Formats: sequence, structure tokens, C-alpha cells
Amino acid sequence: MGKISAFGAASSQAGRVDAVFLMILVIGIFFFLLTQGMLIYFAVKYRRRRPDRDNETLQITGNHLLEFFWILIPSIVVVIIFYYGWRVYTDQRIPVAGATEVYVNARQWMYEIKYPDGRTAINEIRVPAGKPVKFILSASDVLHGFYLPDFRVKMDMIPGRVTTLWVQPDRPGSYQIFCTVYCGTGHSNMMARLIVMPPREYAEWAAHREEEGGEGKEHEPLAVRGERVVKNAGCLNCHAIGGAVKVGPDWKGLFGSNVPLEGGKTVIADEDYLRESIVDPGAKVVKGFPNVMPTYKTTLSKEDIDAVVAYLKTLR
Amino acid sequence: MAEESGSGRGYLAERGWRSWAFTMDHKRIGVMYLYTTIAFFFIGGIFALLLRLELLSPQAKYFSDHTYNVFFTLHGAMMIFLFIIPAIPSGLGNFFIPLHIGAKDVAFPRINLASYWVFVAGFLVVIASLVSPMDTGWTFYTPYSAKTGAAVATLSFGIFLIGMSSILTGLNFIVTIHKLRAPGMTWYRLPLFIWGMYSTSIIQVVATPVVGVTFLLLAMERLLGVAFFDPAKGGDPVLFQHFFWFYSHPVVYVMILPAMGIISEVIPVFSRKPIFGYKAIAYSSLAIAFIGFLVWGHHMFTSGMSPLANAIFSFLTFFVAVPTAVKVFNWIATLYKGSITFESPMLYALTFIFLFAVGGLTGPFLGALATNVQLHDTYFVVAHFHYTMMGGTVMGFFAGLHYWFPKMTGKMLNEKIARIAWALVFIGFNVTFFTMFIVGVKGMPRRYAEYLPKFHVENVISTIGSAILAVGIAVMFLNFLQGLRKGPPAPGNPWRALSLEWQTPSPPDTENFHENPVVTDWPYGYGKPKGPTA
Repeated sequence: MGKISAFGAASSQAGRVDAVFLMILVIGIFFFLLTQGMLIYFAVKYRRRRPDRDNETLQITGNHLLEFFWILIPSIVVVIIFYYGWRVYTDQRIPVAGATEVYVNARQWMYEIKYPDGRTAINEIRVPAGKPVKFILSASDVLHGFYLPDFRVKMDMIPGRVTTLWVQPDRPGSYQIFCTVYCGTGHSNMMARLIVMPPREYAEWAAHREEEGGEGKEHEPLAVRGERVVKNAGCLNCHAIGGAVKVGPDWKGLFGSNVPLEGGKTVIADEDYLRESIVDPGAKVVKGFPNVMPTYKTTLSKEDIDAVVAYLKTLR
Repeated sequence: MAEESGSGRGYLAERGWRSWAFTMDHKRIGVMYLYTTIAFFFIGGIFALLLRLELLSPQAKYFSDHTYNVFFTLHGAMMIFLFIIPAIPSGLGNFFIPLHIGAKDVAFPRINLASYWVFVAGFLVVIASLVSPMDTGWTFYTPYSAKTGAAVATLSFGIFLIGMSSILTGLNFIVTIHKLRAPGMTWYRLPLFIWGMYSTSIIQVVATPVVGVTFLLLAMERLLGVAFFDPAKGGDPVLFQHFFWFYSHPVVYVMILPAMGIISEVIPVFSRKPIFGYKAIAYSSLAIAFIGFLVWGHHMFTSGMSPLANAIFSFLTFFVAVPTAVKVFNWIATLYKGSITFESPMLYALTFIFLFAVGGLTGPFLGALATNVQLHDTYFVVAHFHYTMMGGTVMGFFAGLHYWFPKMTGKMLNEKIARIAWALVFIGFNVTFFTMFIVGVKGMPRRYAEYLPKFHVENVISTIGSAILAVGIAVMFLNFLQGLRKGPPAPGNPWRALSLEWQTPSPPDTENFHENPVVTDWPYGYGKPKGPTA
């Protein structure tokens, strides 16, 4: 579906979702007017006028040709609607290269923001305009939602899993973020804002982070922290970061690759797979490697795991 | 067969509470279910009005956020588990299945009575859980439901019991429909209400054990610390959603199929026309029941399932639309060249088609992946399921109540007041719920005690609509009460219908039929030269 610009759509993806919405709306209104128009027309036209002749109606019990067509036509229409709904959805799920990444963790009742370079924030996400943004979503307590109405997208935030969401903000501005999965007393007050800045302003803001609040020196880029965690936790005893084959798989080029598993399946090494392999290494064992790694669920904090994932992503 | 009122009070002749509490007459059990479920409808409705009252202002004004969350949980849980699932099957179904097929009673009258009292026991357990009321929403999503301070385990046990009652009723109906049909009552001579009830019973028997197990697992997690759903202990919170919707999606068809059956009865009678496409309507009920088991994942498109799984669930979801559309087309075709009158049962039946069409045609927005991701968990969903569930099932229930009131009570209703009530219900319903589509597209999430000021106008309109709707429903039930007390005696067949239940006195005797009926034709033979005359 081509895109349309309406209802405050803030990205080209949103315009394409709106186009699907509009298509279904037009089809729906057409069928509504058709069926309900007939309902009302028949009800008025064939209302009982002569009480004494009320049994002289036609003994019509069906019409196979008519019924065949009103099975066929809805079938075709729903397949068309399915197809466009699926196409637009799939396109917006496909990762875009060169995205700005933002880690968002939800808890009752706030969004904790982390940028790969170590900056943090609460309930306010800043990203540059005109560039894809990838939100890497997690939750610490219960289910939460991450809904960007102006971008027509949402994704659940699930404890024990990492989910992702992509958008490409076209227009600078400030956009609402709602929690959409019921999460307890403060649910309706759990909100955040996505602030889309002109690229130059964003670069300036990102570069001057040290001056903000005077605690810039404490910021450590996530990947740097991850590298430290990896060394301290003994990961490199079994995993190489380029070239060698040790007890476990090599990490170089791992992120985003297609990993063959024991049993013949494959899995894409995304954030969720990396996290799962750290907390539950036996869940998806890489083909050709023994299932010997212990779980790091209790050894590493959630923040450490995020950091390790960020580090692994640098090992291209 | 008797045309006029026979022995006067029929099955109602015996008096005293024992004659009700220990009865094995399917009609009395049906009436007890009706009274019980309608009471829950009123309680659930009061919660709805309190919610709408609070939403008059963007900020919390009358209740705390927590109280609001308790109210919407109780509104949803009561309406679903205590009213809309049991009302038509256990209430009207119990009363009319044996009468429709020419039987004296259901196959297992004692189990039937037991299922009623298990239902009441379940309700009492639900009441007991109010010491620490639920605040999870009716979906009980983990891990919140595993952590909240509310009495989740108690309520789970209550719903477990109610589910058990539902399984017993379903089994009873399946056996009854198979084994107790009168001579000559072949499958293709069954009234379509029976086809709807049959499909519903299959879903109840197959799906309800799953929700029983799900709530058992949740209770084990809370009471014994067994981690099925808590990720901190190695469980999976999304697993709960799969279990929950594997039951709760098919169950929306438990809610709607019997109502569709009622509509298929009412439309031909008040059009004096044979139902159009009998077999298509009958088979579409079975098709809906079957496909209903394959589409639960469409409640979970944003829960991190793989895009492929989402696509498959989306594709299958669309195919529920086809048998549903077939039914609607057939009902409208039944009107063609009829001789239509607009007594209150027919007004509610036509309202069902109208509102259900809005509910049905807003389904594709949620079935299509791109728009689902936008609209999921917003007020659009709230509007959609109220149009299908309340605009559909509840209007079907109202049609059935007005249609069968003379048969059940032996009294006629005041038709004028019934129409005034209908007009209020129709207007109030649309003002309340159509507004929710708009505010949903604008982005207002559901289950919000407080909301942004930009959603204010819609919420005020919606609350005004809910007040009109409430007045309409109140007038309707006052009319029922008045009819019960002072209505003129009903003839055996006031609507001149052809199905078997109308060929008995109003109200029917305990044994249903004086002599065992022999069926020679289907119940929709209007328009035949020797059809019944006025």
C-alpha cells in the first residue's frame, strides 16, 4: 500500500498503516451500506400492509448460486485485506541498517532509557529526525506496553524477554508514548515522550552530554561496560572474540547472523537470542558445541546483560 | 395440540422454594439461571456506569486509580463469566432445547440441577474473593496476576467451578440433542437455535477444560510458588496468554452462536418467510466453532511472537469472517418479499443485525496486522467487542427474552413500553460505543483511569450515552416485571410460529407435551398454502 499523510502521521510507515486503515474503512463502509441498506429497504418495503394476507409470502428456501457468490466475494475481500495488512506489517518489522539504538526498560510505573554510549534518562527519549530508530525493549516486573500513536506502532515489554520496535521519525517534534498493557495501579499515568530533534541539534545534544548535570564522567558506554563484564565473568575462557574455536562459539560476527542449532533448526542471533543464551544456555544449543554453559541468570544483573548484549553487537 | 392457554400455570403450578431448589425440570432450572445471570448483568452494569462516571473527567475525581482498576476488572469478569457465557446457553438453552426437539427433559436432569448449583457455588467463591478485590483485568495476565495482592487464587477457584458447570451443561445438551429428538425430528428439521446451541456445547466441552487448567496453574504459582509464568524463576509470562486465549477466543463464539440461533428463529416468524439458506446457516455455526479454535493468537500480535506466526494467525482469523457474513446475508435475504411486522422481538433481532454488522466490519481492522498493531489495546478494541458482544449477543438475548416471555411466563408484555425501551437502548448504545471507535483511533489506550485532555469530549459523550442506555434497560426490565405481575394471559402461540415449543400451552406443563409430538416438516414452512392462519 502506498502511503497517505493524515491524522498527524509522523513517519512514512505511519502513512502506510493509515493507507491500510483507509482501505479497510472504505471496504467496510461499502459493505455496511450495502447490507444495512438492503435490511432497511426490505423492512420498509415488505412491512405487513394487509393482515389477512400475511401467509402469502414466497416459499423461498435458498438460492445456491447467490449463496456461492456471497461465500466467494467475502473470501476474496478478506484475503486482499489480509495481504496488505501483512505486507505493511512485515515491512515495518524488517530491520533497517544504521539505526540509532535506544534501550528502554519498563517498570511500575516508568520507562528507564539507556543509550549505547551510557547516557540514561527517565521517560524521555531523544532521537535524530530522518534516521531509523530501534527501541530495544525489556521489563523488570510485569508486562508493559510501548505505544507510539503518532507512528501507529506498539510492542509489548515482557519480563525475561527482549522485544524490538523500529520507526523512522520524519518530522522533528515531541510525540506521546503510552503504556498499553495493563500493569497495575499507576498504569494510566505511565507515559513517556519521544523527542525527535533535527540531526544537527541532536548531534550537539549528544556531544554535550558531559555537561548535563555534571555527572557525565560517570557515564560509561554500554559496550564498554559489557566488555568489562565479559572479562570479569570468565566468558572468554570458553568464547573467542575472533578466530579461535574454543569450547563455545566464536562471538565475532555473531550478532545478526543465522546460527545453526542442534536438531537442524536455525535462529537469528538477535538481542533476545543473546539474552536467552546468557540466562538459559541450554534452550537453543549451537550445532557442534556441547551443552555445558552454566546459566548467568543469577550471576549477572539485568543491566549487565544489556551491557553484554551491547558489547556483543560491536564484535562485527 | 393445544392452541390456547391450558392448565393455567403449567410448570409453574408448584410453589415454595423446595419446588425450585430441588427441581429437575429443565424449564425451572432454565428460569433459575435466567434470574441469576440477569442479576449479574445488573451488577456488572452498575460497575460499567461507575466507570463511565469516573471517565467524565480526565483526572481521577470520584475514585482512586486502584478502585477504578477493581471496577473494570469486576465489570469484565462478571459480564463474561457470570452473565454472557451462561445467560443464553444455560438460561434460554435449558428452557427451550427440550421443547424445540420435542423432548420431555434434558438427557441428565440431575446433572443439570447439579450444574446450576455448581455455578452458584462458583459465584459464592467469587464473592469470597472480594475481601481483597481483583485488579488484574478479566484477562488475569501474568506476571501481574501472580504478584498482585488481590485474592487471585480464590477467584481462580470460583471461575474453575463456573467452568465445570459450563462443561456439564454442554455435555448434557450434546447428549440431549443426539438422543432425545422426537420421531421425525431429523437433523435438517432442527430449529437453527439448536444448531447454534449444539456448536456452542462442543466448544464448551472442548475449550473450558483449558481455562480450568490455566487457572489451576496460576493458583499453583501463587500458592505453592511453582513457576510456570514468572520469568524470574524460569517461567514464561506469554505462555499464560496462549493458554488463556486458547480458551477465551473460542468462548466468544460460545457467547455469539446461541444469540445467532435466536435471530434465526425470530426473523422468519416475523417475516412469515422460510429462513433463507437453512443448511448454510447450520453449517456456518459448526464452521465458526471449528475455525474459532485456530485463531487465538490474534490477541497477541504485539506480544513478541514471530512475524510468521502472526501472519498465520492473521490469515486464519479472516476466515471466521466468511461463515459469519453468510449468516448475515441469509438473514437479510429472509426478509425479501416477506410480510414483516415489528413486534419487540423483531426490533431487537434487526438491531442485532445492524449492530453486529458494525462489530463485524470493524473486525478486519484488528485482524489485519498493520492496523492491529496500531489499534490493539486501545478503545477501538473496546468499541469493537462491545458492538459484537453487547450489540450482538445481548441484543440477541433481549430478542429471545421478548420472544419467549409469553411462553415462559404465560403472560404478555406491554408492547408499547417495550418499544420505548428499545428506542432508548438503540440510541444509548450507539452514542456510548461508537464514540469509542473514534477515541481509539485517536490513540486512547484502554484500562485508563485517567486520560489526556485531548480525549475529553469523546468520553463525555460516551458517558451520556451510557446513561441513556441504562435508562432503556431499566425500562425494559420494569416492563418484564410489570408483565410478570399484571400481563394479560398469553395464548399458546401468540406469534403464530411453527416450531414445537409454540405448540404447547403457555406456560408449558412440567412434562412439556401432552402427547409425544411427531415431526413431519421443518419449522420454517411459512408461505406454504396450508400454513397456519391468523
